[in-house]
Amino acid sequence: MQIESSEAVPDVVTRTDAPLVAIRSLTKYYTRGEQVIPVLVDINFDVMAGDYIALMGPSGSGKSTLLNLIAGIDKPSSGEIRVAGVDIAGLSDGDLAAWRAAHVGFIFQFYNLMPVLTAFQNVELPLQLTSLGRAERRERVATALALVGLEDRMDHYPNELSGGQQQRVAIARALITDPTLIVADEPTGDLDRTTAEEVLGLLERLNAELGKTIIMVTHDPKAASHARKIVQLEKGVLVG
Amino acid sequence: MFVPLMVLKNAFRHKLRTSLTVVGIIVAITAFGLLRTIVDAWYAGAEATSSARLVSRNAISLVFSMPLTYAQKIRQVPGVTAVSWANWFGGVYITERNFFPQFAIDAATYLDMYPEFVLKPEERKAFLVDRRGAVVGRKLADQYGWKLGDQIPLRGTIFPGTWTFTLRAIYDGVDAKTDETQFFFHWQFLNETVKARFPRRGDQIGVYVVEIRDPTQAAAISQDIDATFKNSLAETLTETEKAFQLGFVAMTEAILVAVQAVSFVVIVIIMAVMANTMAMTARERYSEYATMKALGFGQGFVALLVFAESIGIALAGGALGILLTFPLANIFAGAMGTLFPVFFVSRETVLMQLGASLVIGVVAAAVPAWRAARVRIVDGLRAIA
Repeated sequence: MQIESSEAVPDVVTRTDAPLVAIRSLTKYYTRGEQVIPVLVDINFDVMAGDYIALMGPSGSGKSTLLNLIAGIDKPSSGEIRVAGVDIAGLSDGDLAAWRAAHVGFIFQFYNLMPVLTAFQNVELPLQLTSLGRAERRERVATALALVGLEDRMDHYPNELSGGQQQRVAIARALITDPTLIVADEPTGDLDRTTAEEVLGLLERLNAELGKTIIMVTHDPKAASHARKIVQLEKGVLVG
Repeated sequence: MFVPLMVLKNAFRHKLRTSLTVVGIIVAITAFGLLRTIVDAWYAGAEATSSARLVSRNAISLVFSMPLTYAQKIRQVPGVTAVSWANWFGGVYITERNFFPQFAIDAATYLDMYPEFVLKPEERKAFLVDRRGAVVGRKLADQYGWKLGDQIPLRGTIFPGTWTFTLRAIYDGVDAKTDETQFFFHWQFLNETVKARFPRRGDQIGVYVVEIRDPTQAAAISQDIDATFKNSLAETLTETEKAFQLGFVAMTEAILVAVQAVSFVVIVIIMAVMANTMAMTARERYSEYATMKALGFGQGFVALLVFAESIGIALAGGALGILLTFPLANIFAGAMGTLFPVFFVSRETVLMQLGASLVIGVVAAAVPAWRAARVRIVDGLRAIA
């Protein structure tokens, strides 16, 4: 497997030798009647702590499926996915949910904020699964919203925010539990170029300044250029 | 606080849909309560009976009478402590539409035997000393605006002629279950008048009311009374007062069954409507449920959100429906006049309404909650696109 480095981002993150994510012989296929449709075929690759990886490929190449498998929201047909030493493919649904809550921050293309909750409450949502007290939750949410520059919009509902602002709230939500890994599925797919640049700049900062490991799916080369590495998928196979 | 907050906010996302659903539940729960109250009213006569009272009637039919001389013989049956009697009068007050039950009673013994009819001592005395006096229930007096001293003419149907009575007393029921729509007057007055006009119809009794010492001996005493008059010209059929009243209810049982069936059909219909609402609601939110599951919330939590919202809406509608039942029951009772002598929303009915609301909420949410909990995260996330 060949991983290509992007020259746009300086390498300032401290790394360890053991991969944070280790994928071995990963296969995913769907069955429709008697027809078997392969989506991912014999995928092997590592993600080191502090990496910022862009998964690229044409539509139907399996990049979102690979991201879903790494994030533990889908299960492989065979193979192994180890994240921080845990084989998540072997976890039960309940354990996997708890693992996601503790280790994964999600950023979606369409933000996926709860429309009935304010920006503050949306960011606070993952903390409802922790044992943190109200005061500590409030402090963390305020810090996360300040980090994404939305401290003055915390009482706004999603429909009162622009697309870029909503995505920044989603980024704050992804950060709030200090996860091991942040996965972003086309985070700029629904944004105009200027706003997309702002969001990508924010992700770069998270990686460069906070050392967050980010795996981002995108079909946009400009967005991918913000990542440290680019992984290419084609018809379910890693091609570069 | 997070779950109640989410449930409350979700419930009012589609204000019109939620409002219409709540209105539907209000109508259903109110209709259910009113229909149950009608059923209760039908049984009220039986419910208000005393287990220490028996009723003896002619074994052939209630239409046939029994001789006055039976009173003495019934009194001698072991276990009997008192005997009174009454005749159905069946008079018409102004028009046939003004129906209310009228009985010629052996006043002193009858009133002693029915402590649930509460009379002021001076009014009771005034009634007892006036042969043409009458005593009526409060509800009946209020309905026709009768006051003490009023002359009340009744046109006899069984006993021809116009019979005019002077209202001497108005009784109140000891509780809400007591029938306050009855009209009583002296059997002696009826008997003397009838004897004068139709000598062969004198000294005849419609029903004997028998007070017994030990209610557990009711069956044995009933048998003893009936055995006393075996092979006579007027054999008796004695039963508890409750069984006697239920005999009347049984005559209209088909109507009662229909009313009860309709009351449950109403609930089933609103259950289907509510289930449809919750199914739409859950379907619209699959991507949100998927997002929550992706963030680490479990299937149980997602199911809880759906159940809590459904139960919340159902209970809100149910509570308003229960509150509305009371004034509507009063209006209904007023419109029905004396057709339902006892008509009030019982505690059991309110509990049934509450239970029905809960069942509506739970049943309506069952399938949507199951589907929402089981939605695959990747499918749910795709739904938003």
